[in-house]
Amino acid sequence: MLIRTHQDGFIHPLSSEITKPEAYATRRQLLRQWSAGAAAAGLAGWTQREAFAQGGASGLQKLASLPASQSNVQGAMTVEKLTSLRDATTYNNFYEFGVDKSDPARNAHTLKTSPWSIEVEGLVKKPTRFNLEDIIKWGAMQERIYRMRCVEGWSMVIPWVGYSMSDLIKRVEPLPNAKYVEFITQVDPQTMPGVKGGYIDWPYTEGLRMDEAMHPLTLLTFGMYGEVLPKQNGAPVRLVVPWKYGFKSGKSLVKIRFVEKQPLISWAKAAPQEYGFYSNVNPSVDHPRWSQATERRIGEGGLLDKKRKTLMFNGYEAQVASLYAGMDLAKNF
Amino acid sequence: MKLREFIRKPVAKIGLVTLAFAPFAWLCVGIFSDRLGPNPAEYLIRSTGTWTLRFLCITLAVTPLRVISGWPEWLRFRRSLGLMTFFYASMHALCYSLIDMGWDWPEIVADVVKRPFIAVGLTSLVLLSLLASTSFNAAVRALGAQRWRRLHQTVYVIAALAVLHFYWMRSAKQNFSEVVLYGAILALLMAWRIWHAWRVNQSPPGVRL
Repeated sequence: MLIRTHQDGFIHPLSSEITKPEAYATRRQLLRQWSAGAAAAGLAGWTQREAFAQGGASGLQKLASLPASQSNVQGAMTVEKLTSLRDATTYNNFYEFGVDKSDPARNAHTLKTSPWSIEVEGLVKKPTRFNLEDIIKWGAMQERIYRMRCVEGWSMVIPWVGYSMSDLIKRVEPLPNAKYVEFITQVDPQTMPGVKGGYIDWPYTEGLRMDEAMHPLTLLTFGMYGEVLPKQNGAPVRLVVPWKYGFKSGKSLVKIRFVEKQPLISWAKAAPQEYGFYSNVNPSVDHPRWSQATERRIGEGGLLDKKRKTLMFNGYEAQVASLYAGMDLAKNF
Repeated sequence: MKLREFIRKPVAKIGLVTLAFAPFAWLCVGIFSDRLGPNPAEYLIRSTGTWTLRFLCITLAVTPLRVISGWPEWLRFRRSLGLMTFFYASMHALCYSLIDMGWDWPEIVADVVKRPFIAVGLTSLVLLSLLASTSFNAAVRALGAQRWRRLHQTVYVIAALAVLHFYWMRSAKQNFSEVVLYGAILALLMAWRIWHAWRVNQSPPGVRL
């Protein structure tokens, strides 16, 4: 049962676990030196992550910076007001660390993100396990400011850092009969307390049609707010598909599988009447238990202000509508 | 002072009601001091709903407590607790219609018609308000004890609807731990009543249990 008091908002670790300020300072200095070479910056971020992983609920600890250029992909830079870093890192769903939206920030500090590799398998020229250090170099880091719309009816505006998923796909050379891409995320009962609860079949699995995965807006994401990803937001590497509900963007990816048939995604498997494979943001197709016509933008307005109107394809209609030409989106929800 | 003596005093009831308003006061403070997290709207709607369920459980625990302890004094708190359940249910409905639906009545009506989940919640609120409005002494007299009792047994229907409402709400994310908890508490309280009624039936007339 989730009865909280003001006392457990921040669970203090043992004093022996608290990193001394001096240690912090030297690590940061080290980091700065390592990051001097621009190409190595991302990498340095990785090796440094652990140093800052004494996860507090604030989510405001400084992580390694991840330099990026502004994206010139169409629609990739909304000018809306950014959601605060605090809100974006303390209010999100990451079921592997608990079902409450404040759980990931509290629990994700146990996630081990180094070493990390992604296995590319299925219908590709040469199935291979790649190290994160290599994958990170396959594309130029870009900052992209995307709207993020959760299926629960809230939204944020988040500056992500990464490169288009298509860069990775081209690199690994899928075979002609690969029609879909399956994304499999980390599952480790040792470090992820939530996977003991039988909410869904772990590992959490997501998928995209090949043309969706190849769309330039589909981002293989390594950072946010100019820093490497915080653990609770899916470190060290995740997917961001801005025109779909948030759960389509798998976190902490460990496997990318190319397949011929439409994969069964985790939420569609757990509740087929409520979640479909496509899960495009669509104000006219309601969730069975709530309307999707409006959304609450986190950090915006007062309690009594009207909610925002949800936009078709989360406002990315101009960029992605052609992918679904002729499809019945109420049926393919 | 002995507990039994204490619960006979008016101050005990005043203390209980004050305590029962504490979560509400805490939420109000939370609104103005920005302590309800990144999504205060969601927080308010959910916590008023949870408090309704908690008070429903507490209210329904009064009778078993009275019988098991053998202290009829516990009955003094039942009406206040029932009214507190109604209060939190009303706050829950107010948060939904004001914060979530923006007081847009055509929208609210459409939502109720379209979604069984909302309709079930509203039904239990309507039933609760029926009980709240017949909770004072004059109403008991006007209805007659027998009819009043039967009317107020509707609370068992309300409990079932409340758990169903909670279950539907949580089924979106397959997160049933709390649903099971409250469902189990209410089921236990129901089971005790059935068992007790059966036992009373079994015993020879005139023997008080």
